[in-house]
Amino acid sequence: MTEPDGRDDPGEAAHPEAGRAATGRGTRNGRPVPLYVVTGGRSGTPGRRDPLVLDLVTLVVTRTSPVPPGMPPEAAALLRACRYPLSAAEISAHLALPFGVLTVLLADLEADGHVELRQTRDAERDAADTDIETLKALIDGLQRL
Amino acid sequence: MVCNDSEHPAPPGPRVEDRLPESAERSLKIVVVGGFGAGKTTLVGSVSEIRPLTTEETMTRDSVGVDDLAGVGDKTETTVAMDFGRITIDRRLVLYLFGTPGQQRFWFLWNGILEGALGAVVLADSRRLADCFPSMDRLEEDGIPFVVAVNVFPDSPTHPPDELRAALDLPDHVPLVACDARLRASGRDVLLTLLRHLYDSATTAVSAPDPSEAP
Ligand SMILES: Nc1nc2c(ncn2[C@@H]2O[C@H](COP(=O)(O)OP(=O)(O)O)[C@@H](O)[C@H]2O)c(=O)[nH]1
Ligand SMILES: [Mg+2]
Repeated sequence: MTEPDGRDDPGEAAHPEAGRAATGRGTRNGRPVPLYVVTGGRSGTPGRRDPLVLDLVTLVVTRTSPVPPGMPPEAAALLRACRYPLSAAEISAHLALPFGVLTVLLADLEADGHVELRQTRDAERDAADTDIETLKALIDGLQRL
Repeated sequence: MVCNDSEHPAPPGPRVEDRLPESAERSLKIVVVGGFGAGKTTLVGSVSEIRPLTTEETMTRDSVGVDDLAGVGDKTETTVAMDFGRITIDRRLVLYLFGTPGQQRFWFLWNGILEGALGAVVLADSRRLADCFPSMDRLEEDGIPFVVAVNVFPDSPTHPPDELRAALDLPDHVPLVACDARLRASGRDVLLTLLRHLYDSATTAVSAPDPSEAP
C-alpha cells in the first residue's frame, strides 16, 4: 500500500491570515435541548433505572418472535429488521424513518418489552467516558483491518 | 433464533452478510467533520464494512433557534442527513463512523451527534482550510477530542506541517496527519491516530501521581 504523497508535508493553508477567531463562536445559544430520553415509555414505569438516552449507535435487538399480530407496519418492520443487533442509525436508514420518529417508536417498543436496547447513554453525561480496555480493543481491531 | 426470511423475501433490514453478531453489545461512534468536498463521505465509505447508509433528522425552526437560521432563509424545517459506516471490532464491540454534511452549517444542532462520541476526525482540505474552522470551534466548545487529517488532493499546495498547524491554530497536543480518504489503509490510519491519541490521554490521566504510592 502506497503512502499518500506529502504525508509529512501536508500543504499550505489557503489563507493563513484568516484566523479561526473570525469564524465566530457562540452557537451554543441556538442549541436544541430535547434529548431522546427513554423513560420507560408513555406509561412511565416507576422505579426504573435512571433515564437513558437513546443514541444513534444504541443497539436494538428484538425480543418478541414471531412479530405479534396487530403491530403497526413500521413497528413490525423494525422487529423483523432487528432479529440481530442493529443500531438505531441503521434502522433509521433501512426503514427510511427520521431519527426523531424512530426514537418515539423505540421507546414504546422497549416499554412493552418487544425490544432490548444495548448501549444507551447516561442522560447527564456529554462526553464519552471510554475505558482503557475498550480503547485498546478498538486499536487492536483497527490494526487487523 | 427463528428466521422467517423465506416468508418475507425482501424485508427492510441488513443483508444476511451484514448482520452483527448476536453478542454485539457495545457501540461507539466517531464523527468525521469538515467542509463541503473535504472527503468525509469518501473516508466513511473507504473504511466501512457495509455500504454507507444515510440517516436523517428533521429540525424545526424552534429547535435550532430563529437567530441561527437567519442566513438559511424562511424555512421552518430543515433536514440534516448523516452518512455513516460501520466497523465490527470483535464479538462485543462495534464502531460507527458518522460523516457530517458539509454543506449545512448547522449540522451540529442535531442533538446527539456529538454527545457520547469517542472523538472526531477533522478533515481539512488545504486548498480551503477555513472551511473546517466552524467544525473545529464546535468540537473545542464541546470538549470533544479530535485529530486533524489533511486530505491530499492532486493540486494541494505542499507546505510544512508547522505552518499548517499555525494556520489552523492547532495546539501541539492535537495530532495532525495527512491522508488519502479514498484509501482504506489511509483512512484506517487516521482512525488509529485518533484512538492512540485518546489512549495516550487516558493512560496519562491514570498514571498521574497516586497519593497512595507516596513514600
Ligand atoms: N484526490 C483525492 N480526491 C478525493 C479524496 N477524498 C475525496 N476525494 C474526492 O473529492 C470529492 C468530494 O469528496 P466527498 O467525500 O464527497 O466530500 P464530503 O463533501 O466531505 O463528503 C469526491 O469527488 C471524492 O472522490 C482524496 O483523498 N484525494
Ligand atoms: Mg459528503
